[in-house]
This record gives sequence, structure tokens and C-alpha cells, in this order.
Amino acid sequence: MSFTRLIPTLTLKDGRVVKTIGFDEYRDVGDPRTMGKVFDSQDVDELVFMDMTASQEGRDPDWVNIKRFADECAMPLTIGGGIASVEHIRRLLQIGADKVTLNSHAVKNPGLVTQAANAFGAQCIVVAIDAKRKPNGEYEVMVDGGAVPTGLSPKEWAMRAEELGAGELMITSIDRDGTFEGYDTTLIDIVARAVDVPVIANGGAGLLYDLLEVINNTKASAIACSSIFAFTDNKPIKAKAFLQDHGVRVRPI
Amino acid sequence: MTHPEAARVAIIDYGMGNVGSVARIVSRTGAKVTITDKAVDIADATHLILPGVGAFPDAMKALNARQLIAPMEAAVLRNGKPILGICLGMELLARASSEVEPTQGLGWIDAEMVPFPKSKTLKVPHIGWNQIRHKRRETLMEAMDDGDFFYFVHSYHMVCNNADDVVAVSEYGGEFVAVVQRNNVMGTQFHPEKSQANGFRLLLNFLMHHG
Repeated sequence: MSFTRLIPTLTLKDGRVVKTIGFDEYRDVGDPRTMGKVFDSQDVDELVFMDMTASQEGRDPDWVNIKRFADECAMPLTIGGGIASVEHIRRLLQIGADKVTLNSHAVKNPGLVTQAANAFGAQCIVVAIDAKRKPNGEYEVMVDGGAVPTGLSPKEWAMRAEELGAGELMITSIDRDGTFEGYDTTLIDIVARAVDVPVIANGGAGLLYDLLEVINNTKASAIACSSIFAFTDNKPIKAKAFLQDHGVRVRPI
Repeated sequence: MTHPEAARVAIIDYGMGNVGSVARIVSRTGAKVTITDKAVDIADATHLILPGVGAFPDAMKALNARQLIAPMEAAVLRNGKPILGICLGMELLARASSEVEPTQGLGWIDAEMVPFPKSKTLKVPHIGWNQIRHKRRETLMEAMDDGDFFYFVHSYHMVCNNADDVVAVSEYGGEFVAVVQRNNVMGTQFHPEKSQANGFRLLLNFLMHHG
């Protein structure tokens, strides 16, 4: 029916590709153009490229470095971070994005999701949800790079985002981000079961078994990961071979 | 057959396409590429590409507002220049779509656009890589096999009134049209510009086709 997508995600900060831990500490990974070339040559299924601090810093997306990256990509590209208007989306599509993620600005201005879906089609609009576990065990949606709590539960916001017109959701566990501890399958499954649009699972993969676990134990349609490719000897081709060996339907590289 | 280097490609810009990524990949074939909304460039081109990411009614409005339909009709219907519609661009070739509100399309392919039925077992939009199967052999699909992967992102699919127009199909909750062709009018529901080696091959095939 459909093939599980494996999606490397890259984060942009101050003109460099970095990797975060818990959305907080940063480690340098490389130059945007070089990283674009690397992943393009690996024929990955899709890429997500996030200008993570744009909303936090209250600025527009970093057009220059996004373009430097997109120029190298012949694969499907989703771009996010600081997208506040339909005009921003139009400009990103011109630069080379195929889909965009809305996050903080979608929470603050839910009408933006509907406007964007009407203008560019639902298939183009991904709502990214960053969630953190509270001391009482419940999950809460956080915005502005994970800094600001919203009082929303990921499940209710996911359902609302779908209603508003999102064509896809990406759910990230802030607690697991960059930890190599594996995905928060509870959080991911809550969101994936709540909606009929595809859900991308993100945050925490450290071992190839973590990828398998999220596919076998949740309703997610795609797996996103970053540290596992940036800081281990695992590459997308190896991850796909592993998944295929374990009975997951993936596009062979 | 001609060489791709000899092609002058007009990528139609009506403000709704991922024109940047289409232009970048087509340039790699050696063809001369212009991103344009001007009648003179359309008249000068040997090949047209109609990309598109967005909703059907807005796209038709944008084509009308930029007065692109008449020059495209002259090039495609009167002068027989090959045109490739990609994703929404393919959808616009149909007679009509029910997306958002019933809207007339260009009508160059006798077909309608209908939504996938969303359900708990069928996630819509259809997003990701999927395999194609040939219905008939066309130069557009030369050197491609059943089972080759292409990248799809769409919520609507084409229902053709002439089975002969269907070149290749794919499977998502049932068979749907992936590649359509009537003479010099061609369309792919998938994104060749995002489909890596297979997509590049298809674009080369398109540029070697002449009207």
C-alpha cells in the first residue's frame, strides 16, 4: 500500500547545520551546501530542513542558507522554522521546498494553516508539533524552539491541525531529541491514532532498532531522525537495508 | 528524436509552482531553461512544463489572471509543442476538479480529478514513493520498468474517460493514473524533479520528444 519513508532532518543555526540535544545544546554538523550534497548523493526518501531558532528570535527564515541547501537537493524537501505567512511559504516553494512545516505560528495563528492549505493544497502543509512530558506524566505542546508552553495537549492540537487543513503532521519529543534513547512511542502513537493524515515520528533514534520499534509499535507513516546519521556510522542506506531485513516495506536505495 | 541540449524549455510560472526545483533539475539535462509567465517565451520554447503545488481553483485563477491560457493553447493545441504537466500541473490538463469547489480545467485530457477516499486505513494525502506499472509503451517512459519508484504528494487523482490516455498507473487504495498522455499533452501525477534517477530519465525522455 504505502512505503515507510525514512527522513533525515537537519537543523540550521547561524548559517551552520547543527544537532540539538533537548532543543537546547548544539553540536556542529557541517555547512548547509555540503550537507545538501551529502544527502542528495545518498538518495534519501525525503529531507526535513529546519531553521529552528527563527521563531524564537522573532525573525524571517534564513533565505540565503535555505537556498544554498535546497540548490543541492534533487529529493523531496520540507522546510520549516519561522514561517509566519502565506508569502513566506510562496517564497520557500520558489526556492525549492516541496512542503513546509508550520509550528509556533500555527499555534499562535491557527488560521494560517487553513490559508496555507487553501493556497497551496493540504499536501504541502505539515504541522510540526513539539511536545514535552510534564512532571505529572501528561504531554504538552511547546513552541518557540521548545521554550514556551502552550497548555495544549498534542492529541487535541493534532486533531485541530488536521481540521484546519494540515496534510501531514510531524511529532517530535523534546525530551528524547538528540538523546539516542529511542522514540517516545507512547507520544507518537497518541498523535498517529488521533488523525487520518500521515504522521512523521521524530526525536530520539540512536540505534537502528529504534527505527523498527517506532514502525512496529505506532501508526506513524514515516520516521525522521538526525543524530543517528550525523554522529554514528549508520547511513540511510544501511538503515533501509536493516528495516527491509526486518520486514518493513521501504523503497530500496 | 532530438537531443535534450537542443530543447528550449519554458517552465510556466503562475506563482504556484516549485518552479525553482523543476528548473534546477531540467537544467542538468543541458536544455536551455526559462522560468516565465510571458507569452513571447512560451511562443519561443520548444517544450513547455507546467508545474504546480497547490489547490486547483487558485491555479486556474492564477493562469487566467496572468493571461497564460491563450499562449499555452496556441503552443500546445495549434503548434503541437510537447507539454508536461507535473502534479497539480497534470491535474490542470483535465476537464474539471472537485477540489475546494467544482472548477473547470484546461480540458486537454478528457478526464476529471477526484479525491482519494480518506479512511482509517488509507492516509490522505498520498505522500511518498510508490511504484508504477505500464499500461502502454510511450517514449516518455522509455527505459523504465514496472516497479520503478517515483515520488507522489497528492490528495486528488485523475479519472480518464479514454483508457487510451493512461500510460502508467500506481496503487493507493486501488489503481490510479500516474502518467497520462494524449499526443503532445503529457502529465505525471508524481514529481519527476524529486524522483532522483528515474525522474531525471523521464525528463530526458520528455525533452527528446518533439511535436
